Amino acid sequence: MWIALPPGLLRMRRLLLVVWLGLLTLATGLLLGLFAGPAWAAFALLPLAALLWGWPVLGRNWRSWRYAERADDLLISRGVLWHEETVVPYGRMQLVEVTSGPVERHFGLASVQLHTAAAATDARIPGLVPAEAERLRDRLTELGEARSAGL
Amino acid sequence: MTTSPGAPKDVQDIGTGTEAGPAGESAPVGGSVPAGESAPAEGSVPLERRLHPVTPLRRAWAPVAVLAGWAVHDPDGAQRQLMRLTTTVLLASLAAAVLGAALYGFLSWWFTHFSVTDTELRIRTGLVFRRTAHIRLERIQAVDVTQPLLARVAGVAKLKLDVVGTDKKDELAYLGQEEARILRAELLARAAGFAPETVHGVGEAPVRRLLHVPARVLAVSLVLTGATWGTLAAALVVPPLLWFATHSVWTVLATALPLLGAAGASSVGRFVTEYDWTVGESPDGLRIDHGLLDRTHETVPPGRVQTIHIVEPLLWRRRGWVRIELDVAGSSNSVLVPVAPREIAESVIARVLPGATVPSTLARPPRRAGRCLPLWWRGYGIAVTDTVFVARHGLLRRSISLVPHAKVQSVRLEQGPWQRRQGLADVRVDTGANKTVTARLRDAEEAAELLYAQADRALTGRREAGPDRWMA
Repeated sequence: MWIALPPGLLRMRRLLLVVWLGLLTLATGLLLGLFAGPAWAAFALLPLAALLWGWPVLGRNWRSWRYAERADDLLISRGVLWHEETVVPYGRMQLVEVTSGPVERHFGLASVQLHTAAAATDARIPGLVPAEAERLRDRLTELGEARSAGL
Repeated sequence: MTTSPGAPKDVQDIGTGTEAGPAGESAPVGGSVPAGESAPAEGSVPLERRLHPVTPLRRAWAPVAVLAGWAVHDPDGAQRQLMRLTTTVLLASLAAAVLGAALYGFLSWWFTHFSVTDTELRIRTGLVFRRTAHIRLERIQAVDVTQPLLARVAGVAKLKLDVVGTDKKDELAYLGQEEARILRAELLARAAGFAPETVHGVGEAPVRRLLHVPARVLAVSLVLTGATWGTLAAALVVPPLLWFATHSVWTVLATALPLLGAAGASSVGRFVTEYDWTVGESPDGLRIDHGLLDRTHETVPPGRVQTIHIVEPLLWRRRGWVRIELDVAGSSNSVLVPVAPREIAESVIARVLPGATVPSTLARPPRRAGRCLPLWWRGYGIAVTDTVFVARHGLLRRSISLVPHAKVQSVRLEQGPWQRRQGLADVRVDTGANKTVTARLRDAEEAAELLYAQADRALTGRREAGPDRWMA
């Protein structure tokens, strides 16, 4: 019943991590090495360590994301250290949004965001394939309409 | 299902019959929808009305208030400036300012219209920037009629509809006292689902008084409140200390005045607002009337209450007094009963949330919760009845929150790393009034069960809940 996220999100996040921290490592190493002496260049190891630490952490976080469409509600589970599980009954959904930023679009990804009357409801599913995101949106809208109720 | 016309394709709106404005990108289910153009009324053209002719006067005070504020803020400068001007110039400029404000007040009054259709209250306003608010009556969460002191003298009143998303501008200020009462009755009758032809004949619904707070009890309750003494002590202790430290009159004044203001607001101010507090019950819902100088009359239709909190400050416990607060979506008013004996308070709650009882015993978190939160873990507790989810928190100032199952918007389980080691988790229940009730430090397995069970109960609770139009 649980559906995991497609690997696109992990690829995107890891690529962003490597690009940004890789650049930072290079920049720190080069600048400090040239202007402050080779010993100082060791500081470039910090972003490198962050990169090596971040790689598996991103993987664990990505694996922790999953969602399930049950008969009457949508279930979203996420987080490793700070675990969070959200249940949103279909009848309470006020709005379903599909968003996709420029980077996400480049990787062919889209997020589905649910809004209820409570602003605290933070129900977002990131990193879906656009087709799946649209299917989910249409299905949630349909189910929400069938069970819709006021406040 | 209507998709808002201006919204991008990817945004879908599940609202039941929402009329979204062109500006709404991800337009939620509409309360008040400020629309650029007003759609023609269904059926007959609604009768447009103006506010009470006394309305422009309230704006005429503005320049006088500004001048007074300036004089208080900078007395030396004000005196020097005033000395330089002759009396004629002074009078002339004051007259001009008052006239200008009066003209502005008159124009804004002239261009403000409101009308009531079968389904909406429409407020059309604005001299330069036109604005039309369509407030859907079946979405009414509460109706407030307020009368500030001056308005009482003039015999007028303010009427405000609490709908999710309305703002300050969407109130009708001022209406004649009688007119406000009739309009409130009419709005509530329409919102309740009475047939349009019979609305005018329905009139005020009869009120049955549930509770009245005597002035003596209110005064004693304020004396027994820690906040009253805290602010008073701060106002008395801080300025002398500052005087010894700085010897500057202005510093002392700048801190003493706000502190005294806070002390006054938390003691005398609260007494004045909560004086003569009366809770009544009528077919239109809950009636709350209160105020010594400013009178407020609130009406909360049936089935609008999202959460009820029973607050029990430490010093009230010996007397068995409690304070009841309630959350209504889109409303800022939160007190239902400022002070009452526990049994009476519970009988009021039973009227507000039909079928709900306050459970006498609540399940505490497991003992190991003390490793997450020493001592204070004892204050937490939960209970679930057929109609409400109950959570308690606080050790000295105990607070019990009741959420009807039908009002639960979403349920969340949260677990931090330390809680995971202890096998504990929090369950959060979100309601439509943007408040979250948390059952903290439950056993992890119990929390997981609670999560699913509460989501199921939210559904069944909704099925059994009354309709939005409570008389239909």
